[in-house]
Amino acid sequence: MADTQLLLGLSFVLFALGLVGVMVRRNALVMLMCMELMLNAVILALVTFSLETGTLSGAVLVFLIFVVAAAEIAIAIPIVLQLSRQRSSLDVEGYDRLQG
Amino acid sequence: MSRATIACKDDAHPMNLLTVIVLLPLAGFLLNGLLGRRLGRTFVSVVGCGLPVLAFLATFKAVLLLQAAGPDAALLEVAYRWASFGDRGFDVAFYFDRLTAVMTLIITGVGSLIHVYSTGYMKDDPGYARYFAYLNLFLFFMLTLVLGRSLLVCFVGWEGVGLASYLLIGFWFEDPAKAAAGKKAFITNRVGDAGFLLGLFLLYWALGTVNMDEINAAFAAPIAPAVSASLVGVLLFIGATGKSAQIPLHVWLPDAMAGPTPVSALIHAATMVTAGIYLVARLHGIYEHAPAASQVVAVIGVLTAFFAATIALVQTDIKKVLAYSTVSQLGLMFLALGVGAYGVAVFHVYTHAFFKACLFLGAGSVIHALGGEQDIRKMGGLWRKIPVTFFTFAVATAAIAGIPPLAGFFSKDEILWFAFASEHGGSPILWALGSATALMTSFYMFRLLWLTFLTPSRMSHETEHHVHESPLSMTGVLIVLAVLSAIGGFFELPHFLEPLLPIPAVVESLEHFEHTLVFVAVAVALLGLAAATFMYRRGLARGEALAARFPRLHRVLGGKYYIDELFEAVLYRPLHWVSDRVFLGLGDRLLIDGSLHGLAVLTRRASGRLSRVQTGQLQWYVAMAVIGVVGCLVWVWRHG
Repeated sequence: MADTQLLLGLSFVLFALGLVGVMVRRNALVMLMCMELMLNAVILALVTFSLETGTLSGAVLVFLIFVVAAAEIAIAIPIVLQLSRQRSSLDVEGYDRLQG
Repeated sequence: MSRATIACKDDAHPMNLLTVIVLLPLAGFLLNGLLGRRLGRTFVSVVGCGLPVLAFLATFKAVLLLQAAGPDAALLEVAYRWASFGDRGFDVAFYFDRLTAVMTLIITGVGSLIHVYSTGYMKDDPGYARYFAYLNLFLFFMLTLVLGRSLLVCFVGWEGVGLASYLLIGFWFEDPAKAAAGKKAFITNRVGDAGFLLGLFLLYWALGTVNMDEINAAFAAPIAPAVSASLVGVLLFIGATGKSAQIPLHVWLPDAMAGPTPVSALIHAATMVTAGIYLVARLHGIYEHAPAASQVVAVIGVLTAFFAATIALVQTDIKKVLAYSTVSQLGLMFLALGVGAYGVAVFHVYTHAFFKACLFLGAGSVIHALGGEQDIRKMGGLWRKIPVTFFTFAVATAAIAGIPPLAGFFSKDEILWFAFASEHGGSPILWALGSATALMTSFYMFRLLWLTFLTPSRMSHETEHHVHESPLSMTGVLIVLAVLSAIGGFFELPHFLEPLLPIPAVVESLEHFEHTLVFVAVAVALLGLAAATFMYRRGLARGEALAARFPRLHRVLGGKYYIDELFEAVLYRPLHWVSDRVFLGLGDRLLIDGSLHGLAVLTRRASGRLSRVQTGQLQWYVAMAVIGVVGCLVWVWRHG
């Protein structure tokens, strides 16, 4: 029981760290890494629940998330690359041309 | 119904004769309308004149069939089933009895003559093919109107001739006044059509059929149908007043003279305007049982005849005189219908078709000779230059004036006799007004003859130099029509139609007046001739002096009793005001436009506010998403 609590707590802490990172940091790359952190926190939670309930569906979802995360990074990195080439900066404050 | 109807489509006559009669002009319309411009004038002339002539021959064959079948027989031909619902339905069926035969012969016969005349009259017009296409279209609809067995088919023709007359009156549509005349004719007719439609609906509601022979039979049956014959009669008569230019819907006909002159001869003399007469005569079963409606018909008819004749006295445009004379003669026909003399009315339709077509075409020939001049004050002395036109015009004038033994005398005399003595609503007042009309008719027609042809010339020298007789295609037609106007009256048409259209009984005490009235009628015609000769033999002077003596009367007549102005003040202005202020200003601009524009403004303002949320700052978006997710979670936690 205590393991489950511990793992879920860890997952929550990781998620909170990632969220704060995304909200606070200005560097696009760091924001991407923080998002990965949040994903991993979710994966950890899923695996914990899978263990807890003895079903496999949680573990299967984990693989799905791996694939999605890989695809996401594959798209996000080139976008960040293009943006940094245009602005020669990674600061997201500068990317405000889509405002209403 | 005891009347024998025989199917036209039996083994001996495998072709659908009546359908062919109707469809021939339609084929002409399609050929000329689609190919006419490419294939040239010869093609247009051959198709345009040939198909009506073929229709005339086919009609002739149908008449022979009909004669062989007996006096009150009818040919019946179902072309196809138009609509069916439950055990009821509407057929497109053609019905051919003696009344239809007379009308169809007039339409195809006089129609063909006018087509031939048009090849000369419209020779140099750029819209030659279009003109013949319209003319054939008109014939098609007119034949549908008279051959249709059901009121519904008749109504299709009724509307169709309205359309065709709109196209033909506004044929020279580059001139806004002429286009406006076309619109006026169409719209005025639509007012009457409303009455026609209501009558039709009422008949279908009460009888469950719109076949005209069955309607007549239903009203003749011992158990009267559950509908007021007077109401139906008046409603249908409203339709007839529109088409046949009776008070108060007569205003379109004089303006309709804007069209080419042969069109006036075809539509406003021989065929379309007689549709109202045909309708009432065809549905005489209703009017025989509706004395009130018959009285309305007679009174409106005689008033129209009288007032139109007074207007014609002072007109100076050769076609306008003829237009008002047409309105007046149609009024006399309705007088005959109103006193129950249906066959006599058709008799006058038949003689009128000849002499009025001859007069209109003669007027066309005069206008053609003078290069477009229509004012009789600028004519005179034409008889030496265009003798054929003069002689035919003179014969037709004498015929319409009622000088024996020409055609108009017989029909008009019979109308006046029945207006006097018919048991079905005849009265001396009707006779007196009718006779006064006859007097004026004789006067203004001979006035026209004197001023146009006989007085010393008042033309400018240049116009006079160019005057020339019309080509054979025109004069030949005039001669044929003049001969028919002369001898047409010897055919006892009311007697021929008697098996279908009963001749009303005469009040016994008045019977011995018959010969007296004939003498009065002749005297009236000759008096008109004498008066016109006295006034206009030397030219305009005496007529103008008379007009100067009674300036106010002259102005009222010249202004056509200001009916147009009255309509403008009573109908047009209020309607225009209501449309402009209420429907346009309030309804359209304020309500519809206002609500739509309001919606647009609202959306634009709201989106202006909302778009500020879109800052372009990623962190801001993330914060919003987190707030949203947290909000959702809290809500689920509180309510879950």
